[in-house]
Amino acid sequence: MLAIFGKELRSLFLSPLAWSLMTTVQLVLAWLFLVQLEQYLQIQPKLAGLENGPGVSALVVAPLLDSAAVAFMLLAPLLTMGMFSRESGNGTLDLLFSSPVSMTAIVLGKYFAVLSVLSVMLILVALMPFSLLLGTRPDMGSLAAALIALALASAAYTAVGTWISSMTQQPAVAAVSSYALLLLLWIIDLTGSGEVSSLLQQISLSSHFQRMLSGLVSTADIAYFILLTAATLILSIHRLEHLREQT
Amino acid sequence: MEALIRLTGITRFFGQFCAVRNLSLELMPGEILGLLGPNGAGKSTTMRILSGCLRASQGSVEVNGFDLFKEPLLAKRSIGYLPETPPLYPELTVDEYLGFCARLRAVKRSETVAALDRAKSLCGLEKTGSRLIRNLSKGFQQRVGIAQAIIHNPRVIILDEPTNGLDPNQIIEIRQLIRTLGERHGVILSTHILPEVQSVCDRVLILKNGRLVYTEYLVQMNDSENNAVRIRLDQSSEEAAVADLEGVAGVTALGNNRFSIRLDTGCSIPALVKQIVQRDWGLLELVSEHQNLEQIFYRLTTTEENDS
Repeated sequence: MLAIFGKELRSLFLSPLAWSLMTTVQLVLAWLFLVQLEQYLQIQPKLAGLENGPGVSALVVAPLLDSAAVAFMLLAPLLTMGMFSRESGNGTLDLLFSSPVSMTAIVLGKYFAVLSVLSVMLILVALMPFSLLLGTRPDMGSLAAALIALALASAAYTAVGTWISSMTQQPAVAAVSSYALLLLLWIIDLTGSGEVSSLLQQISLSSHFQRMLSGLVSTADIAYFILLTAATLILSIHRLEHLREQT
Repeated sequence: MEALIRLTGITRFFGQFCAVRNLSLELMPGEILGLLGPNGAGKSTTMRILSGCLRASQGSVEVNGFDLFKEPLLAKRSIGYLPETPPLYPELTVDEYLGFCARLRAVKRSETVAALDRAKSLCGLEKTGSRLIRNLSKGFQQRVGIAQAIIHNPRVIILDEPTNGLDPNQIIEIRQLIRTLGERHGVILSTHILPEVQSVCDRVLILKNGRLVYTEYLVQMNDSENNAVRIRLDQSSEEAAVADLEGVAGVTALGNNRFSIRLDTGCSIPALVKQIVQRDWGLLELVSEHQNLEQIFYRLTTTEENDS
């Protein structure tokens, strides 16, 4: 597994894709961060008069990490799209299949390689709220909750992307399908009220993410992300096993 | 001697289509086995099953004593496989790629450098270690493909059309390499180039429509059927007259004074020629008609489709 992890990581950083994605996301999020900070500074004198008014965590950090979650959702499929689709297109999947490594090792090796790239981005994004420490004292508890939420969401995005990538030979198809599934999971709770709506809230990525972003860390939300990650990874392993039966 | 590979009753379906039907074969250590067949005969499917890339619908594969389907990780340690298109990552250098393959094939870290050097020197890649695979020519890419198959010094080497896309000089080099490898490993190679099999292999298998239709050791094949000649005469003569020659077991007239003659086991070709010259029939042409691989291949693979 380590061999595959190392090789994948090398390939990801050898291609300009990872670098350009990281640059783009960093630029966009930095801009958003500065805009939020500017707005906060304008209304800050008024807020100071309020008792229990919202602080810098709620007005700057939360919106920033919320945008980061959407940005990561758009970016994860681009990193995962080639994971298996390019290998089966190139014929290099046969190299992995004929080697003494298990399907689980192949899937996990590749998965953690992409997740490492996302983790680097996560750290870069996290530096922005931490820079607030220079002038103020943000709520470290809610910041930690939000960062955990973003990490869990990244893990889930990557797992979904991994699964979709194992199902097609064309990277572009994998990317678009992953977007479709992730976006659907993100916006599926945008319905009215009622029984169905509460069920949809349960399966929606954004409702679980928003709760954690507001500083509320519950086992149910963490379990949701872990279950989604584990389920799609197991599906990827089965999909690869199936590939040997079928093609 | 224990067989390196034992295939028993392998059958593989793709939907309704049966690509390989009830195939059994064995590969001994130090043997080079050539798999022949027209396009779509099931050669690549067989090799993909052997290498563990594809599961068989029925049957079992044993590699070096381990069942490939039940203990895949142990069995695959003894396999080196070159697919039809070499499985290369163009963004890596040759050294990076071979290093990855070595780790993938569970070569110990301390032995990796030695394994890399050995594979590179066998495949003539000593000077290309730091070059990107993307920038290599097709022939060198093919060599890198072979190098990854032998990096872990496997007991069985499976090569699917190894000389595909190479220039004539490279083909000769690769054939020499395969012969060298065959001294210490068991090699299975598939090809549709018949002279390649004759120059490299010890044993030949011919597949047709997923079935094994022929298997023979090449040494025996060359010996067994070289007692037939084809002659052309200047003088017109009767079939019966030719049949009267001493040592002739049978004659077929081919028209235009041409005859195909089967000789008795005791009769040599010079003895036959002597008789013809003595009779003054004007011998214009004499071709030893020992059945070569090409003829066998042609006969077996172009017969009527009566087995579907």
